[in-house]
Amino acid sequence: MDNPTESFIIDDQDAGLFRVNRKAFTEPECLENERRRVFDKCWIYVGHESEVPHAGDYRSRSVAGRPMILVRGDDSVVRVLLNTCTHRGSLVCRQKSGNARTFQCPYHAWTYNSRGQLVGVPGEDSYSDAFKRDEMGLVAPPQVDNYRGFIFACFDRAADSLYDYLAGAREYLDLVVDQSELGMKIVAGQQSYSARANWKLLVENSYDGYHGLPTHQRYFSFLSDIGVDMKGVSIATPSHQKAVDLGNGHAVVEYQSAWGRPIAHWVAPFGEHRREHFEQLRRRFDDRFGPERARRICETSRNLGIFPNLVINDIMAITVRTFFPVSPDYMEVNAWALAPADESAEDSALRLDNFLTFLGPGGFATPDDVEMLESCQRGFANREVGWSDISRGMKREHPSITDELQMRAFWRRWNQLMTEPQLRRARKAA
Amino acid sequence: MSGMELPSRQEVEELLYKEAALLDEWRLDEWLELLTEEAIYEVPPTDVPEGDSRNTLFIIADDAVRIRSRVKQLLGKAAWSENPRSRTRRMIANVRVLGSDGENILVTANFAVYRMRYESVDTYIGRYDYKLAREGSILKIRERRAILDNEALRPHGKISFIL
Repeated sequence: MDNPTESFIIDDQDAGLFRVNRKAFTEPECLENERRRVFDKCWIYVGHESEVPHAGDYRSRSVAGRPMILVRGDDSVVRVLLNTCTHRGSLVCRQKSGNARTFQCPYHAWTYNSRGQLVGVPGEDSYSDAFKRDEMGLVAPPQVDNYRGFIFACFDRAADSLYDYLAGAREYLDLVVDQSELGMKIVAGQQSYSARANWKLLVENSYDGYHGLPTHQRYFSFLSDIGVDMKGVSIATPSHQKAVDLGNGHAVVEYQSAWGRPIAHWVAPFGEHRREHFEQLRRRFDDRFGPERARRICETSRNLGIFPNLVINDIMAITVRTFFPVSPDYMEVNAWALAPADESAEDSALRLDNFLTFLGPGGFATPDDVEMLESCQRGFANREVGWSDISRGMKREHPSITDELQMRAFWRRWNQLMTEPQLRRARKAA
Repeated sequence: MSGMELPSRQEVEELLYKEAALLDEWRLDEWLELLTEEAIYEVPPTDVPEGDSRNTLFIIADDAVRIRSRVKQLLGKAAWSENPRSRTRRMIANVRVLGSDGENILVTANFAVYRMRYESVDTYIGRYDYKLAREGSILKIRERRAILDNEALRPHGKISFIL
């Protein structure tokens, strides 16, 4: 299994054809390889620093199949710690969130402080001199870093820095984070759901402009019913939209949208009484960034995919969404709302309201996305139909957001990681 | 408690059982008639079950406009997650009339809602909190909140019908 495998993609740039072998969605061996070649090699999103605002605040969650603790130590440093006692394995943190000075393993009462150092071992005199307490702290992933509040971990000691890894995605993260002068925060309330589908189907879906109208016509009918002007913006106009390969498997679509945005893009359903307030907000952006960047921040929506499994969709609200495969045909999804840390209670309520019109497992759109992914997965049982087509817009000079450039950026990187002989090289080096 | 006259548990049960039957039978237009004009329907997130939808990201926080739109969508053809429709079966139990807040009659009940689709059975377990009001002699639903005991929507994936 460590040997380079046959390519999962057909990438014929001359002919303009791109195909993905459906074994990538169905084979258990493929998932085994993904765990080691993708999830153990890439920077994986763990959480946002706003989730642990005070010293001792922690969140325990599963990341890339591992129970982890995101904790702000008593020194105010945010750390990621692997949630397993270095003694014999038990979880040392069994609450989902809270504030603690120490984590005490319930099994034999080994105690760690909020920095992860082992500070208490009952009957410590029974150990030999070779037992070093300061070597037995909670283990951290080999690399942990933070880009403007977003905290990532990487299990590959040799991997590029997070800054370099994010490559072109930084520009788009900046467009999100610049929405506040005081930083962004994750709003209370986690949407914890799932799909009976391969995780990569959700990658494709999260920035797929082609499915918008057919899959989500009920949402656009709703917008029209509540009085949103649907004629003002045409996503088919090239000057108003683009799809960009951001490097390292990241990609984005950026476009002008009909829906209102809680950042300074007013629409009629927000209410006439909010119009002046939104214009003020907008002028503040003009002052901070100049009219062009202000327009981009406020009026354009963007669906950003950070390889492999982080989606930040800055659309009618901002969702941060991450997901992990449990089996080839089942994934767990966690999603949050991201908002300016200094947003007023009224603006925040509007933002959350706007979020729920489309997003989440009870929204007017996400359930239909889950349905489509599950429908694809069921279709894959027809093994005679071995390949999916992702060729759309391949010969176009400026692919549109309804083309499939974004997915091809993902698949090329994914296929490279899945087939390059990196593990063999690593073993030789060892 | 204020001087508001409380309904009997039997009268409340009649309403909740009727609601359950209408929802299970997909008679959603008739279900809307059980609601007041300004009704609210909420499902809090599983990690903040007692949260406030103004400052917490819910799963569902519908005002009356969105409830009606949701029904219209579900009765149309393009709500793919319910086309074909789920079968559902609701068990309503432990109905209690808690009292009144001066304007509303406060009612709570436990639920187990089974959803059957594509040969999977997903079970939604939790508690309803209702605020009821009388319009004339008729008891109506002003607010219904479905508070899930499930720790996550896994493997359910979604709440595509009316919980």
